[in-house]
Amino acid sequence: MSNAMLELILESTLETLYMVGIAGLIAAIAGIPLGVLLYVTRPGQILANPVTQSVLAIVTNVGRSIPFIILMVAIIPFTRLIAGSSIGTNAAIVPLTIAAIPFVARLVEGALNEVPPGLVEAAQSMGATPYQIITKVLLPEARGGIINGMTITVVTLISYSAMAGAVGGGGLGDLGIRYGYNRFDPVVMLITVAILVVMVQGFQSLGDHLVRKADHK
Amino acid sequence: MIRLENVSKTYGSGAHAIQALKHVDLHVPKGSIHGVIGLSGAGKSTLIRCVNLLERPTTGSVQVDGEELTRLSGPSLNQARHQIGMIFQHFNLLSSRSVYDNVALPLELAGMSKSAIQERVLPLLDLTGLADKADKFPAELSGGQKQRVAIARALSSRPKVLLCDEATSALDPQTTGSILELLKEINQQLGLTILLITHEMEVVKTICDRVGLISDGELVEEADVGDFFTAPQTQLGREFLNDFLELEPPGALVERLEAEPSVNTHPVVRLAFGGDAVATPLVSRLARECGVDVSILQAKVESIQDRTLGLMIAELIGNSHDTRAALNYLEAHDLKVEVLGHVQRDA
Repeated sequence: MSNAMLELILESTLETLYMVGIAGLIAAIAGIPLGVLLYVTRPGQILANPVTQSVLAIVTNVGRSIPFIILMVAIIPFTRLIAGSSIGTNAAIVPLTIAAIPFVARLVEGALNEVPPGLVEAAQSMGATPYQIITKVLLPEARGGIINGMTITVVTLISYSAMAGAVGGGGLGDLGIRYGYNRFDPVVMLITVAILVVMVQGFQSLGDHLVRKADHK
Repeated sequence: MIRLENVSKTYGSGAHAIQALKHVDLHVPKGSIHGVIGLSGAGKSTLIRCVNLLERPTTGSVQVDGEELTRLSGPSLNQARHQIGMIFQHFNLLSSRSVYDNVALPLELAGMSKSAIQERVLPLLDLTGLADKADKFPAELSGGQKQRVAIARALSSRPKVLLCDEATSALDPQTTGSILELLKEINQQLGLTILLITHEMEVVKTICDRVGLISDGELVEEADVGDFFTAPQTQLGREFLNDFLELEPPGALVERLEAEPSVNTHPVVRLAFGGDAVATPLVSRLARECGVDVSILQAKVESIQDRTLGLMIAELIGNSHDTRAALNYLEAHDLKVEVLGHVQRDA
């Protein structure tokens, strides 16, 4: 294999990591608060609010029901507005992020749901404000679950980012399609797949390790 | 210190409404330990949660240390809650925090500085016997140790009142004993007022000064613990006591019991005696003064704090005139006599 090819593989790997990293980061920053809101506005929760809850739930569900490949195409005008272009690595980050935010939100909501209600009650009995309950009880107690959710999100983003390759998004998916599929180069195809497998394994192991460190259960 | 006036709590509305508390009046004086006992579903949990407004009463008022909590909401209610500590059946410790950090939590919530927090937390860990466990996490502790952490945590904001929600129900009898001892110690050393709910008579017997009996959302009986254990006023109170003392007539005897006396029967009685009567040589006196033989079927003596309570199930064997005289004799000596029935004389 030529040096140029190896360089291309390395570059594509970094592109994938870049897309997944940025999209995952923004999705966490937006998705975790959204997940918290989804949870605390539930009936009987500390900031129960049926209207907010149903609006958020509908938005999240709509976001999660659109297949990624359709979402990517459908929001091209928005992508162009944000990234200045509809093709390339930066452009791919926009739909990846949009798809990941509701995904993260639901996983965070699920993680918070695992916190025993008695802990919230205990904090209330100590005179904790809703904000204190979120920051000192809910989020720390759900830390393991949230890290687990973020691991799932990153793994999902890696597979989505390969799809972004189909519309010229760059990264390993793009490489696999252009060289492996369109040019019938099974070696490149195998290498891209192998790198993706290693990447997913790596993130999963890292995530599991962090969960073990975070959980004292 | 705690005063509930006409407190009612209704869940739901219309046809599906469930009235969990009905016009409850309760007064717990400063420095006392007050128990509320009842079966599950009687409204105990709702009652204790109404004191710190984890449940807001539908009607009625709740006062703690002269402040009417039912008038408060939001920040002022949170402020008032710093005066009320609470411990729970399942401890409710944060698994993500060490023992030290769990105890520090209420102080962090109140915005205290790290050094001020340390000055409070360390003595509490000593008091609750956890000094060597400060860096452990709850998952590494036994149930009794967890409840000690919860007690230290509840005390850290120096509350005037401690609410105990079935605090020993998840613990084995030995651990229950040590936790109750700790609560008693805190009550005496810090003058802390304690309200506890439980379904265990043992808890009431061991540490309470007064006890209330709750049934179907109503406080049906209230008495000093000594009185409650010697002479409960309600049927439910007697059932609790009998279950606790396990003093029921033997099954074979129950089958032979007849409700009404006849020529060939003699009475079976349950005697409860407290105070001086315990020390009296009762059985031999009955034999001597009334000419009645006493056949003891079951008997036990219980210490209820500073009082002694004797209980006995016995057949009074003699002719009907003499047994009636014996019953009168017993009643005249301040014994609680309950005739359970009559059995045929053996041929």
